[in-house]
Order: sequence, then C-alpha cells, then structure tokens
Amino acid sequence: MNRFKYFIPVVAFLALAVTLWRGLYLNPKELPSVLIDKPMPAFAMNTIDGETVSNTDLPDQIFLLNVWGSYCLPCLVEHPTLMRLSEEGDIPVVGINYKDRDDLALDWLETNGNPFSYSIYDAEGRLGIDLGVYGAPETYLVDANGVIRYRHVAVLDETVWENDFEPAIAELKAETPQ
Amino acid sequence: MTSLFDLRVPQRIVFCVATCCLLTLLIVSESLAQVDTFEFDTIEQQQRFRQLSNELRCPQCQNANLTGSTGGIAEDLRREVHRMIMEGMTNEEIEQFMFERYGDFIFYRPRLRAETILLWFGPLIFLIIGGFVAYSISRRASNVPDADIELDSSQQARLKEILGPDQS
Repeated sequence: MNRFKYFIPVVAFLALAVTLWRGLYLNPKELPSVLIDKPMPAFAMNTIDGETVSNTDLPDQIFLLNVWGSYCLPCLVEHPTLMRLSEEGDIPVVGINYKDRDDLALDWLETNGNPFSYSIYDAEGRLGIDLGVYGAPETYLVDANGVIRYRHVAVLDETVWENDFEPAIAELKAETPQ
Repeated sequence: MTSLFDLRVPQRIVFCVATCCLLTLLIVSESLAQVDTFEFDTIEQQQRFRQLSNELRCPQCQNANLTGSTGGIAEDLRREVHRMIMEGMTNEEIEQFMFERYGDFIFYRPRLRAETILLWFGPLIFLIIGGFVAYSISRRASNVPDADIELDSSQQARLKEILGPDQS
C-alpha cells in the first residue's frame, strides 16, 4: 500500500494528459446554446416573399428552423439534406434568411431548389440575435409546442442528421405521442 | 547631418525595409480598430458603449471583443449595444440581454455560477494541492533524523581512506 503512493504522480499525469488530449478534439466553435428548452423568441416579420409571419404561423409539429443565406457556401453543402427532408415531408423546414438580400435569396432558391415551407426575412439579423445565432448555417429543432430542443451549428449533412437529429427527434416523439 | 543618401547601399536597404515594416504595422493596426459611427447624446453614454464593446466577446471570432472584430455578428451586437444604451438600459440589463442569447461565452469575465465555479476556483485548488505537496516534501526532508545519516564502521574506514591520513 505504501508503495502505491509513488504511482500517484504517474496516475495524476495520465489523467491530465488524457483530459487535455480529448480537449484537442473538441470543437471550440460549437458554443452551447442557452436557448435549449426555451420557447421560440417572439417575432413578427415578413417572409422573403413579402408575406407577414409571426410565432402563430409556425408549424404545430416538430420542425426544423434553418438559418441560411445566399452568400453562405456551407448552406449549399447541406442543401441536398434539407431538400430530401422537405420531399419526404415528415419534418417541415422553416428558413431564416439571415443577413441577406431578398432578391438574392429568391434567386438562390430558384437556382438550387426551395426546401423551406417559407423563409423569414431577417435582413438585419435581429431575430438571429434573439436566437443566439452567430453565423449561417445553423439549425434548430423545435417541438410541437414551439420550444427549442436542439441546436446544430455548421453544416447539417446526412451524417449529422443520422447521428444527432434522428435520436433527438425519436426522443421528442417518445415523450409526446403524436 | 546625414541624409539617407549618405549611407552606404546595404545600410540604405536595411533602412528602407525597416521603414516599410513600420509603416505596414501602423496601417494594419489602424485598420484593425473599428471606427465608431454611432452617435451619442452624452460622453458618459459613449464611454459605456466603449466599455461594453471591450468587455463583450464576439461569439463568431472567438478571441476578439466586439470592438476589435470585423465579423458580421460583432457589427450587429455593437448596433444592439448602442440601441440599448440610447433606450436608457443599464449596463446590467444589457449584459443580461447578451447572456440570455449567447450564454457565458459572451463575457470575457464570466459570471460566478455553478457552471463556472471550476473556471474561477480551479487554479486556486491546484495551487493549494501544489503548496500542500511542496510543504510535505520540505517537512519530510528536514525531519530526517541524524542517526540515519551516521556512517557505519566500514563506511567510516572508506571515508578516512578518501580524505587521506592527515584527516581524522
């Protein structure tokens, strides 16, 4: 037992080394959202098509809120996944056109296809600030009661969808049978 | 009075390169500072704006404050800080606004909460552990009894041999 104490520094060193090693692979760009389990912030804005839209217009079911812009290259990367989701139709995708110009946004949708039920036109990024957005693309998972349940920063590709969103959605469906 | 042209060629080149470097540095640091285009009613409001923009971190650029960042979100947050100051909100209310949206990350000096307690007191804990270890090592070193360092007869003989016959 007395001999064991000579190993304490080695054990302490290994513990610290493993912790720091793991730290190297954390993504410092992924900030925890303070809005998880909080209701969607109140908003009354226009869509990029010029129609008025507010909280009451949000879907009454689990949906995605995707922050995008025509200037945003990673948005093109995740675009096929969003298109697939909108074609399947189980989970509606609402867009937030973040700090963009509506004419450029409409052009972008026409060229690439439109996966969004509608896109809220947030030219000044006001709604973005209320959501804690700091750059497109970001995707929020919102439940049927309009409460934010999950947030993903950066590209939402098929791998992210399978690993992060599918389990989160399954969990939501389990707690509120629809 | 020596002018640039009195210098020999290598010196002249060194002088010119050094001047260019200095000028570049000046221009770069000039362009890094964001120009305030906001208008305030009082000097006090302007000072509060400067202070808040210096103490709030840009969420996008990670290691720059709102003042030093050219990022789009930093620009928007500066505009929000200006709006809230002009609407008469206190610094605490503005900080709370930022905290509700961006969390602890937005502060360079995070709030003391259950989640940040390790951040605040972690170094102190390690300092205490280190101090304790250092103290116990030094105490053990001074507590070694004299009897333990006495030499037995064969060691005494060897010592005498090394020191030579004149010593005793």
